[in-house]
Amino acid sequence: MSPFARHPRLFSIAVGLLALLLAAIPLPHLLDLLRPDFLLLVMIWFALMTPRIGGLTYAWLAGLSLDAFRGLVLGENAFAFVVIAYLVHYFHLRIRMFPLTQQALVVMSLLWLYQFLLFWIDGITGHPITGWARWLPALTGAALWLPLSGLLARYTHRS
Amino acid sequence: MSRLNEARTPYAQSRVSALGLRALILVGLSIALIVADYRGQGLNTVRRGLSLAAYPLQRLVDAPASAWDWANASLSAHRSLQDENTTLKHSAQESSLKLLKLATLEEENQQLRTLLGAKPASAESAQAATILQIDLDRLRQRVLIDQGAHDGLTAGQPVIDARGVFGQTVTVGPMTTEVILLSDPGHAIPVQIERNGIRTVAMGAGDAHRLILPYLPRNADIEVNDTLVTSGLGGVFPAGLPVGRIVEVNRDPAEPLALVSAQPAAALDRARHILVLSAIPTATLAPPASPATQRAVSAPKTRAVAPR
Repeated sequence: MSPFARHPRLFSIAVGLLALLLAAIPLPHLLDLLRPDFLLLVMIWFALMTPRIGGLTYAWLAGLSLDAFRGLVLGENAFAFVVIAYLVHYFHLRIRMFPLTQQALVVMSLLWLYQFLLFWIDGITGHPITGWARWLPALTGAALWLPLSGLLARYTHRS
Repeated sequence: MSRLNEARTPYAQSRVSALGLRALILVGLSIALIVADYRGQGLNTVRRGLSLAAYPLQRLVDAPASAWDWANASLSAHRSLQDENTTLKHSAQESSLKLLKLATLEEENQQLRTLLGAKPASAESAQAATILQIDLDRLRQRVLIDQGAHDGLTAGQPVIDARGVFGQTVTVGPMTTEVILLSDPGHAIPVQIERNGIRTVAMGAGDAHRLILPYLPRNADIEVNDTLVTSGLGGVFPAGLPVGRIVEVNRDPAEPLALVSAQPAAALDRARHILVLSAIPTATLAPPASPATQRAVSAPKTRAVAPR
């Protein structure tokens, strides 16, 4: 039994912190443009597979900590994370049934929705960024879904 | 698929309405945060706290880069250090010569100003800071520096590197400060062409190697290789600091305005050490600062015109 399976909540926090670090590690500009939203992906996985642990509060706190890191307008990531988490929770029984590739497509549309929400709030608060680069991480994020869900499932395996 | 506790007790349908309620509460809370942060300064303490909480993690991300710096400094060969030392000595001599001249010029300038009855140009003090190696937002050109309110920084201070204007401070945390670069798409800086004194505005384009000057008429006297310096308007940057060099002037007969772009003088994507200049005292600014204009100063230098 994996030691993480005994303390799922601790595990979710540790993975969240790791994702936060990955979101800020310096990368060359081109790779930076492709950088997937690690924390959001992790949050979606916990909300999908372990809704008791990856609850809305977890999503909100994850979003808020991302806000603390990025610090443009406080609360914008928190808002977007809660909306995404709500959708995942609402449909989690259905999405779980999907084969992994189809799940990746659902995740991609969620990532796009996230970017759209940020785009929208940025526009309202007066820092609009219009460019195709904004929509790239949804693709890399969807591509990362398969290895990520495999990895996280492995560490939370019960037997 | 699920291997955690909830496999035993299925996620009941009755929880869905509770889910909706909780989502509504949290969304409301987030919107309240966004509005409060956007509207005023009410969230300063919250922001400070969050910034302080994020500090250890930010340091952790920066750690490999600073460890590399440290290793480089402590392991570099005796020979290369000697070479560096001699070149530095040479450049120090040259600059001290220039400084001597500058001191007399400054004195003369002050005397002339008193003769004219003009206000003395405010003396600037500078504070050195190091850029933390952290990627803040891939779409924006912002960096985090290792000095904050604790070191006496405030929002709206000009930041320069060894070659020219770098940006200005935006959000000040206790230990760290966010700096918006000249090249951020939301940044605009009042500039002047050194050769003939034409004043205009240089805007960021989201690219560390390019600034755009969107408000020059097609017949403006501007050429490639003209030097841009700050004009001193706007009350954030002192006059006369180098900003960049014109690299492209495109006069399309169909357009009323010329398409002009410049290369920033500062090494926006490479600099590690920067200087934060003291803010220009607000007393010398023309209109008294109301809360709204104060916000505009502390926010990234606001755009004059709607974004493209």
